[in-house]
Order: sequence, then structure tokens, then C-alpha cells
Amino acid sequence: MQDVNWVALSIFVLLFGFITWLGFIAAHWRKGDLDQLHEWGLGGRRFGTIVTWFLVGGDLYTAYTFIAVPALAFGAGAIAFFAVPYTILIYPILFLVFPRLWHVCHKHGYITAGDFVRGRFGNRWLALAIAVTGLVATMPYIALQLVGIQVVIGAMGISGTGFVADLPLIIAFVILAAFTYSSGLRAPASIAIVKDILIYITAFAAVIVVPIQLGGFGKIFSAVPVQKLLLAVPGPTTTGSYGVYATLALGSALALFLYPHSLTGILSASSGHAIRRNAAMLPGYSFMLGLLALIGFFAIAAGVASLPEYAIGFKQFGNNFAVPALFLHTFPSWFVGIAFAAIGIGALVPAAIMSIAAANLYTRNIHREFINKSPTDKQEAQMAKWVSLIVKLGALVFILFIPTQYAIQLQLLGGIWIIQTLPAVMLGVYTRWFNDWALLVGWAIGTVAGTTMAVVMNLTPSYPVALGGYTFPGYTAFYTLILNLLLAVVLTPVFNAMRAKKKPADETVAADYFA
Amino acid sequence: MSAARKKKTRGWSWWYLLFVIQYAVVLWPPFYNKAEPYWLGIPFFYWSQLAFVLISAALTAVVYFATDD
Repeated sequence: MQDVNWVALSIFVLLFGFITWLGFIAAHWRKGDLDQLHEWGLGGRRFGTIVTWFLVGGDLYTAYTFIAVPALAFGAGAIAFFAVPYTILIYPILFLVFPRLWHVCHKHGYITAGDFVRGRFGNRWLALAIAVTGLVATMPYIALQLVGIQVVIGAMGISGTGFVADLPLIIAFVILAAFTYSSGLRAPASIAIVKDILIYITAFAAVIVVPIQLGGFGKIFSAVPVQKLLLAVPGPTTTGSYGVYATLALGSALALFLYPHSLTGILSASSGHAIRRNAAMLPGYSFMLGLLALIGFFAIAAGVASLPEYAIGFKQFGNNFAVPALFLHTFPSWFVGIAFAAIGIGALVPAAIMSIAAANLYTRNIHREFINKSPTDKQEAQMAKWVSLIVKLGALVFILFIPTQYAIQLQLLGGIWIIQTLPAVMLGVYTRWFNDWALLVGWAIGTVAGTTMAVVMNLTPSYPVALGGYTFPGYTAFYTLILNLLLAVVLTPVFNAMRAKKKPADETVAADYFA
Repeated sequence: MSAARKKKTRGWSWWYLLFVIQYAVVLWPPFYNKAEPYWLGIPFFYWSQLAFVLISAALTAVVYFATDD
């Protein structure tokens, strides 16, 4: 590989050192008793509009996103831009559904989606299904964040064999684990502010500097192969790439806030107003993500894939190396250090929040429900801290010993799995009409069908549904959600009629869902 | 908070139709899957969707001010 880029590496290490210090002192920020789960795992629900903006932004727009979306544009072209309509569609959902969920969770001390479903539907098996789905969908997501760090470390020219090769990643991981353990959600919240500023600087610099160097946007887009520039127009008997584009955007949008780490970010807000305001302010990140997707095209125009100095990087990381290669090609070393630090730190923030969210799920919906039914506050918080460590260790082992491709494929499956919790969680916020067992059956069949469809399609996200001579290729998660919903609707009256006893009590009342 | 306002934040509001517009535009790729007209050399497909991010943020802000206190 290329020589070590010392200037970039020094700046990278310096910024990493700074956020490590920040992560530890964050324990004292808006000080609370970290021996209580809602203080450790939700920052005491005290973050106002601005901190929530940084935290949720840092949480949803992950380092992996910043590597993978441009990589998809670089490799596949226009379809990658589905990330833009996707991030447009999420905000009405955030605006309408999540202030209600925030209120009911605040009122009853719920920390996870599983807690809410347990209280709303009174069925601990349904709550378990929600919690396990959240855990399983989150694990590969954490692993992917570590891939983001791996790519930029490799791009700075650090290489070696065996243990030495993995050492930087292990160090980054130990830092992450230590500050999450000691400071809880306050650590990623404070680091998110630094991370987001760095990411904004990087994105705008790239979008201004690179087109100037390459001779303008006109030249860049004329270098993009025609078939990558736009979506392929569908034939007469299919919805083709249009259907794929729209269902990818819609399905991803519906799934996003069901991920445990999204909910953790939202529930840590101090009010429903803070969430609504953020629905109007968070598109700032969507805009940046769109700009970053364009960077994939810049990489095509700059021809980095054919430059010999990046050949090894592309060989090792595939298209994920497109953005780092472009930065190395374009920016002076000191700025490469800043840009790579933005990506590296950008991986730590969501990884920390994801591990906290997973820890909350295990502690509340598995351990407290099935193992130790009446823990003290301190035991509960301590359990969560340990689980956050175990979850991260699992992700690290995964990345070190299992090919990256598996993490990417599992993350794809994770999207299909997590969307199956929509009827219980998002519709549950509006109605108690559904039968709890009907929801559980819908969840189970949706999960099995989605997994099967994805495997049949060689773990690609879309599935061609054929109906009367027409084909409708679309996002598997979206199709299986429809199946899940149909089952829940049809089975609800059936199961209600079969139920001998009265249906389980709903802990919540209508007034809990408002200010 | 007056009773009328309370009702507004709880149930349906006609202002939410602004969200429906966002969904309708974005989920129909034929609207924007074209290269012409270019803007600063960027094909319509790309700049129109980026512009719509800003428009949808503005629409969400309108709904916020219209329905919240």
C-alpha cells in the first residue's frame, strides 16, 4: 500500500484525542445520577432542540452512510440518489408519530420500543419480538460503523499483518467502549457536535473544491456514463427502476425510526416540541447527504479508480474506497486528516448510540422481563453498561474475523427485519385495535418471508413481484411490511373471537399521547 | 392552551396535506427522471431533488408554526 501519510495521521490522532477527552468529561454535562438507566441511557431526557439536532443528525447520518452512498453512486449511478427522497420522507413521520411516542414514553418511563409495546398491548412475547428484532438489526449496523473507520485508517497508509493490522481499529474501539461505559448517551451527544461540524466542513469543501479542480459540474456529469446518469425508463409491462427507487425510499423511511438507536436519540429530547422543530431542521443533513452522493460522481470524473496509487485500496475495500481516494487525490494532507477524522469520529457517534440502545433493549425487555424481575435502579443501569460493552465486543469480533460483505448483507436483512415492528410500534401509537397475537403472527411471517425473498434474490434489496403479466420490482422490506399488515388486520378479529379471556390491559390512556 | 388549539395539536389538521404533497412528488420518479433542464451543469434529476429537500423543510416548518403553539 502507499506510504503512511504522516500529516493526515497526526491531525486524525489529534482530533481523536480531543473527542476522547470530550467523551469522558461529558459525564459531568447536565449532571445526573448515572446509576439510573434513563440518565445513562437517555441522557436524562434533557436535550433541547439544538443538542437533539446534533445528536439525531449524528446518529442517523452515519459514517457508513457517508462512505456507502457515494460508493453506490460511484458504482451504480442514479439509483443511489434514492437516499435523498428517503430523507425527505422521514420527516413527516418524525413530525406526526414521534412526539406522541415521546409523550407516552415520558409519562410511563419507557426507554425502548419494547417497553412501549409491553405497556400498550400487555403481551411480553410481542415485546420480546420487538426487542430481539431491534438487537439483531442493530448488531451488523454497529459492525458497519467499524468498517468506516477501517477504510479511512487503511487510506492513511497504515497497514501491517496480523494483530498489528487490526491494532488501530482495536484502539478506536477501546476508546469508544470506555467513554460509552462511563458517560452513557451524554458522550455521543457531545461528540456529535464536533463530528457534525467536521462533516459539514468536509462536505462543503468537497463540493466546492473538487468541481473547480475538475472544470465544473458540466464536465463532471459528462464524464458519467449515460446509463448511470438517470434511472432506466421502465418497459411497458413493468414498473422497473422507478418502482425500485420509490419503494427503496419509502421502505427505508418507514424503517428508519424503528431502529433502536433512532428511538434512543428521539426519546432523549426534552419535549415533543423539540422533536417537531427537528423535523423541520434535520433536512439540513439530508441536503448534505445529497451533496455527498454527488461526490461519487466526482470520483468517477476524477478517474481515481484507474490511478495506480489507489489500486490496492480499491482491491481491499471495493467501491467504499472511492471517497477516501478522491479526498487523497484532491486535498492537501492536513485537510485529508480533517476529512478522515470526520468519518472516523462519525463512526463512533452512532456506534455508541447503537450500543446504548441495544443495552437498553436487553436490560429492559429481556433481563428485567424474564430473568430478574425487580432489579434496583443501580443494578439495571450497571447491567446496561455491561451489555453495551458486550455488544461492541461482538461487533468488533465480527469485523475482525468475518468478511465485511457479511456485515453489509446482514445490515440489508436488518432493514427487512426492523420494518416488521412497524404495526406494533408506529400504529400502536395511534390505536389499540390490533390483537397482540395477530401482530406477533404478522411480525413472524413478515420476517420469514422477507428473509426468504432476500436470500432468493442473492441478498440484494429488491424483489420482482409478478402479477398478471406485469412485474413490480421493489424493496423487499416494503412488500413484506404489506404482507405483515394484511395478516395483522385479517387475524385481529379472528383471534379476538377465539380469545376466551378479556384482552390484556392497556397501561396507557389517550391523554398520555399529548402534551 | 385554548381548547380549540389543543384539539388542533391532537387530531387531524388540514395543514398535514402539505406532507401529502411531499410524498406525492417524491414517490413519482417520472416527475424528475430527466437530464434537462441543467442548472450549473447539474442534470435536473439531481438538482431538483436537492431543491426539494429545501422545499420540504420549508413546508414542514409551515406545518410546525401552523399547528404548534
